[in-house]
Amino acid sequence: MAAEIQASEDERIRSETLATKLMKKPELGAIGGVILVTLFFMLTADSTMFTLSGIMNFMTPAAQLGILGIAAAMLMIGGEFDLSIGSMVAFAGMIFGALTVNLGLPLILAIPLTMAFAAAVGAVNGTIVLRTGLPSFIVTLAGLFILRGASLVGLKLFTGGSTQLRGVRDAVEGDWLARFFSGDALQGLFAWLASAGVIDTFSNGTPKVPGVPVEILWFIGFALIATYVLLRTPAGNWIFATGGDSGAAKNSGVPVRRVKISLFMLTACAAALVAVITVIDAGSTDARRGFMKEFEAIITAVIGGCLLTGGYGSAIGAFFGAIIFGMVTIGLTYTDFDQDWFQIFLGGMLLLAVVFNNVIRKRVTGER
Amino acid sequence: MADDTRFHHGSVPADARPIIHMEDITKHFGNVIALNGVTFDVTPGECHCLLGDNGAGKSTFIKTMSGVHKPNSGQIFFEGKPLSFDSPREAMEAGIATVFQDLAMIPLMSVTRNFFMGREPTKGKGLTRRFDIDRANEITMEEMRRMGINLRAPDQAVGTLSGGERQTVAIARAVYFGAKVLILDEPTSALGVRQTSNVLSTIDRVRKQGVGVVFISHNVRHAMAVGDRFTVLNRGQTLGTAVRDEITATELQDLMAGGQELAQLEGSLGGTV
Ligand SMILES: Nc1ncnc2c1ncn2[C@@H]1O[C@H](COP(=O)(O)OP(=O)(O)OP(=O)(O)O)[C@@H](O)[C@H]1O
Ligand SMILES: [Mg+2]
Repeated sequence: MAAEIQASEDERIRSETLATKLMKKPELGAIGGVILVTLFFMLTADSTMFTLSGIMNFMTPAAQLGILGIAAAMLMIGGEFDLSIGSMVAFAGMIFGALTVNLGLPLILAIPLTMAFAAAVGAVNGTIVLRTGLPSFIVTLAGLFILRGASLVGLKLFTGGSTQLRGVRDAVEGDWLARFFSGDALQGLFAWLASAGVIDTFSNGTPKVPGVPVEILWFIGFALIATYVLLRTPAGNWIFATGGDSGAAKNSGVPVRRVKISLFMLTACAAALVAVITVIDAGSTDARRGFMKEFEAIITAVIGGCLLTGGYGSAIGAFFGAIIFGMVTIGLTYTDFDQDWFQIFLGGMLLLAVVFNNVIRKRVTGER
Repeated sequence: MADDTRFHHGSVPADARPIIHMEDITKHFGNVIALNGVTFDVTPGECHCLLGDNGAGKSTFIKTMSGVHKPNSGQIFFEGKPLSFDSPREAMEAGIATVFQDLAMIPLMSVTRNFFMGREPTKGKGLTRRFDIDRANEITMEEMRRMGINLRAPDQAVGTLSGGERQTVAIARAVYFGAKVLILDEPTSALGVRQTSNVLSTIDRVRKQGVGVVFISHNVRHAMAVGDRFTVLNRGQTLGTAVRDEITATELQDLMAGGQELAQLEGSLGGTV
């Protein structure tokens, strides 16, 4: 009997075609979307869109959104939403501004403190969700208003009545950490590429694109780390399990509470990172920062293949979702289309992604 | 209850110290009294069957044993020391593995990922410590093969498995991790003939390795086939504990049904129950 069971070839498996293998990847839709959108703009947009400087142009907003989107995707895979991340960008921006401008702290202190504030708020969000058992959708919707309001009140407090806090650029000027959070990275490489004639230069020999905006590197790095964590570490397995069925995960020994609270802290910290980068970049912070970003981040995650019900999705998908977003926002300015098509386009993409994901999920899981 | 004196001799043999001893456990859910003073123990190398009608409190009871529920009162002794599990994770770390009645499987995740959920094998150190997927896949395939199921692929989603295959994954997982106590809550309810006999012989195998097995079943024949002791629960209370060879299948069956209703049924069904 043992021998018969050992039989390695199973006559009941049809060999899997490449297509079905690809179908099992949650990020398939987003990659397809990137290809479609690229084709669309290649046909309709000015050719400068796909030059190096054009690419940096749409990758910068994509990166800022993508950092939020990847965190939102991880949280969504873990079975929860965070609608407060947009407001969190404003709130963390306010904290960061107050620490650097009002208190004059160096970045080495200001950035960790801002992150710690954000993480604490995230932990509170998570604890409320877990304690009450209420949907995170509604708990963090409250957070959306509370943090937005707190940013307004706080800014007025710190500036003596204004809703904009200026002077961040001066405050961080010359700080050795600033180059990791603002400006362009890899300038040496780009200068070398320019001298080698690989990339376009101005007539005086300096490259037209001086380097890669730092947020793009953060974005790529975060996508890689998040993907690695999700697919190759025990913590990743816990995140999928928690989102798939938190009761079953808990009964199987997954520390569900720890996973969820960590994910809420992660989304809040991602928002704080975006706040730090954009505030230094703008040199000031205001209460409208991050407005509507929570929805854009969730759309990014959904386009990236995350199921709204949790337990399925990918970080690399959210990465491509954010690129689609950036391309569409910026790309329309390279075309003759009215800019306001953007929202229609976005809604359409979202609808398409949700329908597509639903079909894929049924195929993958043999849902009956 | 039958005035059957033999049904009270089910105490532990003097030399065997129980791995886990549950004393006078009560559990309430709001105004529902699910358990009302249940005492139960398992010794190494025995299979202790927990029997009883639907709603008797069997699942609730084993969940207090595996850290899912905290009892409202009563004491738990693990290897002689009083202990209280705050989470299923703690119970698992103590060597207690459970096949829950609802299986605790995640349909969207692969068989391997389900198998090792919460206890992933790793390789590498420090920052490079990662889920050793290849080894996990190998172990999963091997353990499933031992249970008589040849998986198509370890990365197949559990949602695509048949009910019995899914149950087998849960059993194989618990057997693999149940170092000291293995709790099986109706593990054979969806299984075919060959897989059932595999599960029963697996119970026998791990028992011989010194694991204490708690086996919940509605099937008296399955219970009689592997059980060393039989405890019957009824409406949240223990009816008593019997030892193998001191009780017949018919007596056990009558007890499980509360003693009376089955007799009436038997007439119309011609004794086929
Ligand atoms: N979480 C809960 N909340 C409220 N009542 C519960 C809960 N869990 C169990 N009960 C009640 O406790 C009683 C015992 O349930 P339990 O699941 O332990 O029965 P069981 O013996 O396992 O039955 P079965 O043979 O059908 O599996 C039932 O009356 C059930 O309704
Ligand atoms: Mg039960």
